[in-house]
Amino acid sequence: MTELFFYIFSFISILTALLVVFSKNPIHSVLYLIVTFFTIAGQYILMNAQFLAIVHLIVYAGAVMVLFLFVLMLLNLNENAEPKKDLILKIVSIISSGLLFLTLTAALKDAETSQPSIATNENLGLVKNLGNVLFKEYVVPFELSSILFLSSMVGAVMLGKKEQTTNN
Amino acid sequence: MNTTSSYFPIVMQTLVAGGFVGLVLTLTHLLGPSRKNKTKDANFECGVESDGDARVRFSIKYFMTAILFVLFDVEVIFFYPYAVNFKELGGEGFLAVLMFVSFFLIGFFYVLKKGALEWDK
Amino acid sequence: MLDLIIEKSILILSVFSVTLLIATYLTYTERKVAAFLQDRIGPDRAGPFGIFQPLADAGKMFFKEDFIPAASAKWLFIMGPGIAMFTACMTGAVIPWGTSLNIMGREVSLQIADVNIGILYIMGMVSIGVYGIMIGGWASNNKYSLMGAIRASSQMISYELAMGLSIISIVMMTGSLSLKDIAAGQSGQLFGIPLTTGLDWNVFVQPVGFIIFLVCAFAETNRAPFDLPECESELIGGYHTEYSSMKLGFFLFAEYINMFISSAVISTLYFGGYNFPGIHLLPHNLQAIAGIAALFGKIFFFIFVFMWVRWTLPRFRYDQLMHLGWKILIPLSILNMLVTAGWMTFRNLL
Repeated sequence: MTELFFYIFSFISILTALLVVFSKNPIHSVLYLIVTFFTIAGQYILMNAQFLAIVHLIVYAGAVMVLFLFVLMLLNLNENAEPKKDLILKIVSIISSGLLFLTLTAALKDAETSQPSIATNENLGLVKNLGNVLFKEYVVPFELSSILFLSSMVGAVMLGKKEQTTNN
Repeated sequence: MNTTSSYFPIVMQTLVAGGFVGLVLTLTHLLGPSRKNKTKDANFECGVESDGDARVRFSIKYFMTAILFVLFDVEVIFFYPYAVNFKELGGEGFLAVLMFVSFFLIGFFYVLKKGALEWDK
Repeated sequence: MLDLIIEKSILILSVFSVTLLIATYLTYTERKVAAFLQDRIGPDRAGPFGIFQPLADAGKMFFKEDFIPAASAKWLFIMGPGIAMFTACMTGAVIPWGTSLNIMGREVSLQIADVNIGILYIMGMVSIGVYGIMIGGWASNNKYSLMGAIRASSQMISYELAMGLSIISIVMMTGSLSLKDIAAGQSGQLFGIPLTTGLDWNVFVQPVGFIIFLVCAFAETNRAPFDLPECESELIGGYHTEYSSMKLGFFLFAEYINMFISSAVISTLYFGGYNFPGIHLLPHNLQAIAGIAALFGKIFFFIFVFMWVRWTLPRFRYDQLMHLGWKILIPLSILNMLVTAGWMTFRNLL
């Protein structure tokens, strides 16, 4: 049963991930990405990492993607507003992405396949255990993450307000 | 309730809700009349002729809201594991969260002072 | 496995049809409540007291023209109301409608899915619900719709934060994210006073959290006084300006379903869910049935509050709405959380 769901979710996530790349309309891409996130959340649930699954949904599908949609709506998405890509640009992009692909495959070729780690406790991914580990063993990284948030907040405000100070 | 199988009813609910939505949308498409003409299919703009389309830029304030929402949302999520383990973590956990919240509040007041959330200016 | 599937299918279908029935009849109730508050009669032609009005409305919506503007993004235009309705229908899955029924020696839980992260599941579905309005409004390719959609999504994400923060105090008191545990945790005695078994409702300990949550629920469902996304005086119909037939109906029904579900969530989180004083005296099966009745009583009360507020208060301005959400509710809910945590930690240390 779990295996069946695993294959269904994997199939949908790979399919929609490909559609994200190949669809012409960026709004469609965002929607496919949301579906991909849903199936990945499904995979988390199959591994009984329930809190991670729902956080994945709330943060990625519910928050980050809203921001993406906002940005896409800001860019003028008219057919005629699309910048014309000339041939040289296309060739350059094909070569560079091909090189990246080559590097990645070369790097992955020599990588060792690790033994799948089997969770000793099947309730490992539940919020109760997660909170215990987060606030006891990993309390310093947890506090450090708040500094990260602070810096990103400052960055966001600086970028967002810059335009206004020059306008006024 | 702690296992994967407790999510199975949600899958069933997804099928029921999705099926219902699909069925009704198809039905309403088939049942109603369809009369098309150029003037009627234009976008509604209070009776005057439509001027351009709605692919326009809008205020940066909405983006600020969305960016800040993403950041604050992640921070709010961090409180949940604490809240669930609240009783076991005791005083030490409370101090850890207090520190986290103070960073949260510093960021929050920075955002307020910078006027990133001023809508009437 | 098979009997579980049958059991859950029956439960899902009955919850689903009850939800749809209630949403349909809420349109009627809303008009009757509005009429009552404005000293009018309201719909009274279709059947006695006009009770067949919702059926006539639904039938009419099916047979109206399914208009799709020429300039719109067709598939996204169709998907918008679909997503709105779908997420609204999904939210009800984790609400405990009652304790459990004993049918021929088998314990049948009255909750579709008792998941470990119940309350976050609802938050997740609410955050996905934004897309329905956003995509629908954008795909219409109409300036009013776009404005409505952007306003709606901005408003919903802003109030989601305060909502998430206000729930944390409840989670601290219960130590669980499961709505079943939260409801069951309110069955005790209120402050240890005898004869109040079943009245240990969270609202008595968390009145501030309750008010924050209630305000956020109004904003999340786009109900007045937070109905700026569809305020007719500025934006015609807001995000659903270009919609007609059942697609418009889906947006409206989704709003009513959300209202019903939020009332259920408010009742479960703060008003004891299916608990009421004296429930422990009843025999097992009667307890479940009386519990359902009690929960629905609370739900209908909150739905009435939703309507009462809509027909009483004027609408906010958009900057006032954002001011309330970000500068008042978020600091207030953080304060509420810290006071709860501090006080409970202090009490445990003693």
